[in-house]
Amino acid sequence: MTVESTAARTPRRSAGNKAGTTGTKRTTSTTRKAAGAGKSAEPALVQLLTPEGKRVKNAEFDKYVADVTAEDLRGLYRDMVLTRRFDAEATALQRQGELGLWASLLGQEAAQIGSGRALRDDDYVFPTYREHGVAWCRGVDPTNLLGMFRGVNNGGWDPNGNNFHLYTIVIGSQTLHATGYAMGITKDGADSAVIAYFGDGASSQGDVAEAFTFSAVYNAPVVFFCQNNQWAISEPTEKQSRVPLYQRAQGYGFPGVRVDGNDVLANLAVTKWALERARAGEGPTLVEAFTYRMGAHTTSDDPTRYRTDDERLAWEAKDPILRLRRHLEAAHHADEGFFAELETESEALGKRVREAVRAMPDPDHFAIFENVYADGHALVDEERAQFAAYQDSFADEDGGK
Amino acid sequence: MAEKMALAKAINESLRRALDADPKVVVMGEDVGKLGGVFRVTDGLQKDFGESRVIDTPLAESGIVGTAIGLALRGYRPVVEIQFDGFVFPAYDQIVTQLAKMHARALGKVKMPVVVRIPYGGGIGAVEHHSESPEALFAHVAGLKIVSPSNASDAYWMMQQAVQSDDPVIFFEPKRRYWDKGEVDTEAIPGPLHKARVVREGTDLTLAAYGPMVKLCQEVADAAAEEGRSLEVLDLRSVSPIDFDAVQASVEKTRRLVVVHEAPVFFGSGAEIAARITERCFYHLEAPVLRVGGYHAPYPPARLEESYLPDLDRVLDAVDRSLAY
Repeated sequence: MTVESTAARTPRRSAGNKAGTTGTKRTTSTTRKAAGAGKSAEPALVQLLTPEGKRVKNAEFDKYVADVTAEDLRGLYRDMVLTRRFDAEATALQRQGELGLWASLLGQEAAQIGSGRALRDDDYVFPTYREHGVAWCRGVDPTNLLGMFRGVNNGGWDPNGNNFHLYTIVIGSQTLHATGYAMGITKDGADSAVIAYFGDGASSQGDVAEAFTFSAVYNAPVVFFCQNNQWAISEPTEKQSRVPLYQRAQGYGFPGVRVDGNDVLANLAVTKWALERARAGEGPTLVEAFTYRMGAHTTSDDPTRYRTDDERLAWEAKDPILRLRRHLEAAHHADEGFFAELETESEALGKRVREAVRAMPDPDHFAIFENVYADGHALVDEERAQFAAYQDSFADEDGGK
Repeated sequence: MAEKMALAKAINESLRRALDADPKVVVMGEDVGKLGGVFRVTDGLQKDFGESRVIDTPLAESGIVGTAIGLALRGYRPVVEIQFDGFVFPAYDQIVTQLAKMHARALGKVKMPVVVRIPYGGGIGAVEHHSESPEALFAHVAGLKIVSPSNASDAYWMMQQAVQSDDPVIFFEPKRRYWDKGEVDTEAIPGPLHKARVVREGTDLTLAAYGPMVKLCQEVADAAAEEGRSLEVLDLRSVSPIDFDAVQASVEKTRRLVVVHEAPVFFGSGAEIAARITERCFYHLEAPVLRVGGYHAPYPPARLEESYLPDLDRVLDAVDRSLAY
């Protein structure tokens, strides 16, 4: 939909990666062993770019980003910067009273852009309500995301327009929709895949457990992409689980892996691996992107009541955008002109979003009765008529009858 | 071609026809495959249509409905079975929060052609959670359509129409009538899904019911006839929408209405019918609309269910009270 959102699209098929060449034999235990030594409590995670922007080798996952060019890296950087700019604009619009609420993705750009850019056009995304970066990758016009937060609709974009389902507010429900959709792909004999986003809080939901069960039993081509941003509003992940979340997959019989959620390259690589498993008929994968929600849960939340500045500062040092910028600069993949141009583009996006939101008309009152049913319903017709008569009664008064 | 068959068999034949006619139709639920369902409603379907179209699912009702929603988004038309009425509640969130609202949320850009089959109601001497009538809990939710056939012919045709509906349909099957036989004409042209039907004409009072209570009301009308009273029996067939025009037309003729359902009277569909018919027919009514149904108590153990469920005498008692006004 948007012209901005075209850079760094992945090819419809990653060259040379056919069934059987993926890391199908990897297990959660090898993942842990891969980088587990040295650190005691926290399990290892897949990292390709350090917080300082240094590219580190990874025997298992390097091949999934081997074809990433400097231009692609600039594209990923651009995606993250523009997503963050859009997100900041939306937060500002809430503060100005133009939006009723906003759920910021600040800090989660790498997880969303990395996974989002791993997808093919024919793949299908089931988001939560915070996947603004993934929406961007899919080409959903960012202004479309704001309708529900302004209160003019409850979603409203065409999910099939960009294979990006509507935002789901009830926690975890969409993981089952994703699984069912993936079961449909299998029935169709297609090699598309589905990605279901959810968070650390959602990992406690029964629907997520059932989605794991169904996807495992039917070997559904679905990637469960959990952004563990450490906080479910005020509850830390320890209130959701005794084990690292990616290890949950083991009990269901499919692999789980933890990835540095602030490393866009690692998210791209791990998601590509998981998608290829799905396409190759190897079933579901759980990816836990270990990241941090830098802002509040939503604009209605006050994180100072439950977490410390120290924690925030520690994560700030691992910022996803900063680390890719360091890498781009050190590798001379981008010059000042690129960053300056991007800054201009960011401001233009902010302005466009601002103007679009302010110009967004309130829906007609009769929209209440629209699309309740596809085939109509006698009661809705009756109540619409009553509502119209009631409205008309005021018109009569105005007319001076 | 008319054939006499049991209500359960009529649904089976209807599902078979739907599976045959449209490759996008899939049947899913617990034990629906090899076993053919605990009531054998899906008997033989997996054998004939394969495991990918008649799907035995994990024992997780939310998962069944949630994945059916995903399949519908992919272009399928799932017919899911909830094994018993009292087992639907793990799926209640997916039905109410997702299935019912998806079409509106998408401003009409996606459709949810999902049928949720629920064997419901009591009278079969079952254990707890196997005899409930939760239809009002669904009728309160915009976005859902709710129907309940009372006989084999309706069961066949209403299932055909439910599968063809682009809206989610909760299809309540009167389990105590599963074995009742009736004529099914598979070449007939069915009436609209949500229209009521006068099953017996009368002049003194209208009995309105659906599903398992229609047969009871016919028996009540027989008994009343012996006492010289002419009762009209209306099979509502649909609980959302309710064919109020049909109820109104009948009440304007008979001037008295008794609504009968197994579900608890309190906040039941009878309450809605009473309110609306009172509003529509205020000057026609000779008596307040009366309701006969379950009590505000958990569905009782099997040895007490005869006292809980509406029966011939309880409905006749309500008829007497109405006629006494």
